[in-house]
Amino acid sequence: METFSYHHKVPQRASGSKPMAIVGVVASGNLEVLVERVLPDTDCELDIKTAAEGFGAVWKQVVADFVELRSPGGLKLSVNDGGARPDTVALRLAQAVRLIEEADP
Amino acid sequence: MRKTERNMRTWREARDARDARVAAGRAFANHKVVETRDVVALLEAVIRPGDRVCLEGDNQKQADFLAQCLAAVDVRRVHSLHMVQSGVVLPEHLDVFESGVAKRLDYAYSGPQASRIATMLFGGKIELGAVHTYLELFARYFLDLTPHVALIAAVSADREGNLYTGPNTEDTPTVVEATSFKDGLVIAQVNEIVERVSRVDIPGDCVHFIVKSDKPFYVEPLFTRDPAAITESQILTAMLAIAGIYAPYHVRRLNHGIGFNTAAIELLLPTYGERLGLKGKVASHWAVNPHPTLIPAIESGWVEQIHSFGSEVGMDNYIRARSDVYFTGSDGSLRSNRALCQTAGLYACDLFIGSTLQIDLQGHSSTVTASRIAGFGGAPNMGSDARGRRHSSDPWLRAGEEADPGAPALLRRGRKLVVQIGETFGDSHTPLFVEKLDAITLAEKLRLDLAPVMIYADDVTHIVTEEGIANLLLCRTNDEREQAIRGIAGYTDVGRGRDRKMVQTLRERGVIRRPEDLGINPLDADRSLLAARSIKDLVRWSGGLYEPPSRFRNW
Repeated sequence: METFSYHHKVPQRASGSKPMAIVGVVASGNLEVLVERVLPDTDCELDIKTAAEGFGAVWKQVVADFVELRSPGGLKLSVNDGGARPDTVALRLAQAVRLIEEADP
Repeated sequence: MRKTERNMRTWREARDARDARVAAGRAFANHKVVETRDVVALLEAVIRPGDRVCLEGDNQKQADFLAQCLAAVDVRRVHSLHMVQSGVVLPEHLDVFESGVAKRLDYAYSGPQASRIATMLFGGKIELGAVHTYLELFARYFLDLTPHVALIAAVSADREGNLYTGPNTEDTPTVVEATSFKDGLVIAQVNEIVERVSRVDIPGDCVHFIVKSDKPFYVEPLFTRDPAAITESQILTAMLAIAGIYAPYHVRRLNHGIGFNTAAIELLLPTYGERLGLKGKVASHWAVNPHPTLIPAIESGWVEQIHSFGSEVGMDNYIRARSDVYFTGSDGSLRSNRALCQTAGLYACDLFIGSTLQIDLQGHSSTVTASRIAGFGGAPNMGSDARGRRHSSDPWLRAGEEADPGAPALLRRGRKLVVQIGETFGDSHTPLFVEKLDAITLAEKLRLDLAPVMIYADDVTHIVTEEGIANLLLCRTNDEREQAIRGIAGYTDVGRGRDRKMVQTLRERGVIRRPEDLGINPLDADRSLLAARSIKDLVRWSGGLYEPPSRFRNW
């Protein structure tokens, strides 16, 4: 088990008003992302717990791209990773933000 | 002198030789019918050392009984054969090289034997002519690789040798045409001998001997993809292909490869495709096998017509009940034909889309890896621009214009859309993108004239990954091509080595398109978007007509 924490300053807050959302599952090759609207609008935090060790450089890049593309201001994302491939991680992060930005049905 | 030579020739030596083979075989036959136990002796009597022999078998059907018999012949009588066959698939196909019965090989496909054939080629056990595409090998059957003997498979025969090949006709008409009409000998294994065949796929006067095999010939369910195994990344690539390629180019005539990404496209047509309003506008005419994953699209009214290379295990009753869609014979069952369907794929399709194992920085792709030589099959013909094409269509013209906008329209060739689709990482985190193809290393090691490239870079028009679509038609320099490929290569080493500024420029020009550029909601990349999520769902869609093979049943 390895853990990483990233803090980014971002230009825009994530839209919507939902306080939290959760996507994915904790399983081998998959991951769960909990996203909470608990930070100042200019901040974004990611806490990652991963079963696969030695992929720090890839995580850093995946997170940087995610933050640049989505500008998820105000959000704290907690990732519980079962050794997912980076493409799955990127998809789940995008899904998490999209879910918290959507209006409640 | 010349005159004497001419007078001395009979000009029918090959025909006389064939007649002599038939006469030698008659000793083991009752008219044309040979008892199962006598087949090895028959082969020893009619095959000569050094003969070119076609042992029928491709990626689907196998003349497996005749393969076993050929592997059992006395090597002192039958040896040094030159095998000219579509598939090297069964263990016996290579056993004959171990024993010396066969020496030289020209073939097209070797999926399940990919590792062993590589080992034998490295070990010098096989003298390799060439690895071909199906259509290319068929072409050579009529020029310089005409078989002396063809060992083929059919469902049933009558006593005159008329053959019913049933839904899996596949290569048989082509093999028989080349062999029988050029003085070769044709031996057929059949599942049963009947009074009257249900339709004549091969006329009896082309067939010299028939033998009832001990069990029905083997067919591999190669084109069955279980929807339960489709991942969300694959669904995302499928959405990109539909929204970013099928929709803007109005692709109506197409071929799909066998991977999970294309299976996902098939299962998204009735859901995502419907939502985009594409029904009736795309994916209506197909050169493709009867993929079970196409059932929901057929049932939803998307598909007008399908022509097939072969059949697919379990699809026979469904096909019979949907003759408006499939090509069927007087008996009601599918008539497939590999050579003609490959021709349809080459000349009449506007799009090929398939998966691969490695793509390099210019877009060359290959399924050869360091220890596996899988052959080509049909993909290079499906996945290449036919230089002889002379009819126009919207997708073909548009692709041609994108590639060369400055050329005068009336003199500009169109382009077939040739799309490679896959996730940036494959099984066990193997990257799809590489700096150098294993195929090149292999060609160097085996001293081949050509690296076994599945799709050449200059034929590829688009590459789709979960990160986006690279439209290579719009690239104007090799540098742009490389960055367009790096720009969708995700977190592979190739992807991380991108020039981020140039990739951004390419995105602004529409060379690279991301899911969000196409209005794709990442939340839709969910298995609930698949029209069928299991094999059982496919059975339900078919109204119980699809009968999946037992390995795909978990109920």
